[in-house]
Amino acid sequence: MIRRISNAFLVAACCVLVGLLLLARRPAIAPIGRPVPESFSAGSVAQGEALAAAGHCAACHTRTGGPAFAGGFPINTPFGIIYGTNITPDPKTGIGLWSFEAFERAMREGVSRDGSHLFPAFPYYAFTKLSDQDVKALYAYLMTQPAVSATAPANTVPFPLKIRAFQEGWKLIFFRGGRHGTDPSKSNEWNRGAYLAEAVADCAGCHTPRNFLGAEETHNPYAGYEIDGWIAPALTAANPSPIPWTEDELFQYLRTGASPLHGATAATMTEVIRDSLTLPIVPDSDVRDIAVYFADMDRASAREAGIAATTTEAIATSSLGSGQEDDSDADLYASACISCHYNAGPVPLAARPELSLNSALTLPEPTNFIQAVLKGVGDTQGAPGLVMPEYASSLSDGEVARLAAYLRRTRTKSPPWTGLENKVAAIRKASVKSR
Amino acid sequence: MTTFELNGHTVSVHSPDDTPLLWVIRDEIGLTGTKFGCGIGFCGACTVHVEGRATRSCITPLGAVAAAKITTIEGLDPQGRHPLQTAWLELQVPQCGYCQSGQIMQAATLLKDYPNPSDRDINAVMAGNVCRCMTYPRIRKAIHLAASRMQGVSHG
Repeated sequence: MIRRISNAFLVAACCVLVGLLLLARRPAIAPIGRPVPESFSAGSVAQGEALAAAGHCAACHTRTGGPAFAGGFPINTPFGIIYGTNITPDPKTGIGLWSFEAFERAMREGVSRDGSHLFPAFPYYAFTKLSDQDVKALYAYLMTQPAVSATAPANTVPFPLKIRAFQEGWKLIFFRGGRHGTDPSKSNEWNRGAYLAEAVADCAGCHTPRNFLGAEETHNPYAGYEIDGWIAPALTAANPSPIPWTEDELFQYLRTGASPLHGATAATMTEVIRDSLTLPIVPDSDVRDIAVYFADMDRASAREAGIAATTTEAIATSSLGSGQEDDSDADLYASACISCHYNAGPVPLAARPELSLNSALTLPEPTNFIQAVLKGVGDTQGAPGLVMPEYASSLSDGEVARLAAYLRRTRTKSPPWTGLENKVAAIRKASVKSR
Repeated sequence: MTTFELNGHTVSVHSPDDTPLLWVIRDEIGLTGTKFGCGIGFCGACTVHVEGRATRSCITPLGAVAAAKITTIEGLDPQGRHPLQTAWLELQVPQCGYCQSGQIMQAATLLKDYPNPSDRDINAVMAGNVCRCMTYPRIRKAIHLAASRMQGVSHG
């Protein structure tokens, strides 16, 4: 009897698996000749360029120093490295043979022209929300770019995860297609900002926690997550910055890469700022609308009253360490950091990131602080025009730990970080490995 | 090969990306006004400007400044007459002189950010620039003098 039941179960399981694999087969869409650039209107191409910039397509589809959109950028995922593909109109290695129908299916359903599933490293789950006109504009823009012959390196996702048919299952569980809706109770600016954040720029891609299968935890949006060894902070009211991200602060930060009351950008956010939101093709109004959306999400207006007092308090601590304080930790800070990070009143300078207002010091973990100190910020990273030297070769693990503890103690009201020296050692080890 | 702008000229250098910028400036390009002090970013003798801001060149790798604009003491002013330099001369600030190009480069950033600095501003921003001859009182005086002359006049 038991044997008969288990046999029946096995047969049923096989049927489900075969069914899934059959379902997973999507038809290929017939290749077309590359559309002539003149077949697209100049307006549509320009709109596509602005959208491609705001959606920072180039960040994943252009390798460092390589030709635009020709692919090859490595995206580190918990499942292996996935390389951004060539989305120039090259017929052999790019999307030159893709009809609009094929392009739209990829954007909205995550299926390649040949019918195979794309991995969700490509955020089709966000692009599915794009308007029809915007998908057409993106197609027009990409199809009028120079064709580059380039094949991205093979992904390192191991067997069996690399079997694309399994993505059908992932999609069944986690993917919901559909256009972005508007909220009539909110302003036009807010709705435009929401659309840009959710459908175009996929801010959630880094700032929303993911489950063990790599899907965003939709019940926990924008709660913050760790990506490429850095913490992408929460964008909700749980954001740890001492001063709330108001519309003006968000606008300046997103448009220039640095703001006086929050500091300068770094790490993975670099591409979002420098290859995207600082570009003149992205209108001020779009960046402003994104700021409106997130200033509402983090409830900045409810906390605005405390900004002046917090700023004054921060400036008051800014010269700590420059006097005769007989504190070896303060001396370390004075020798290495204060010449660039000191601020005088009434408001800090954006070019002098004020550490007492910086989330690197107020996050529950010291990750971002340690990363910045060890690796510095190069000229092509972070905010344009701001370079920080790398202290990996000049500070020991213990000294970085002492600096972190000192600043947390004297510049914030947060509880001390624990296990600092081990955390510095771990981050140092990981960065040596990734070189 | 890495290309960047040095004192207004485009230069291409062959050192590997992880070479400290200071080595490239002194050894490969041959500009020796910038000094090697501690080699770990703790004394300020190697201070140059990257994109117009004081930066310790001994711990800034070449790869981090590819395509950047760099200015050394030789390029601070075409005639060597930046208000800080003339104030330095007038008040005879240096003793041995080893740290002074770093001091001046750091002071130039200070005056850009705070055109009329208080003693506290000077102490804080100049805290990372060490002088073994203890010329600090004269450095402070010269910064005040330069600041007073630069009021209303724009200098890099």
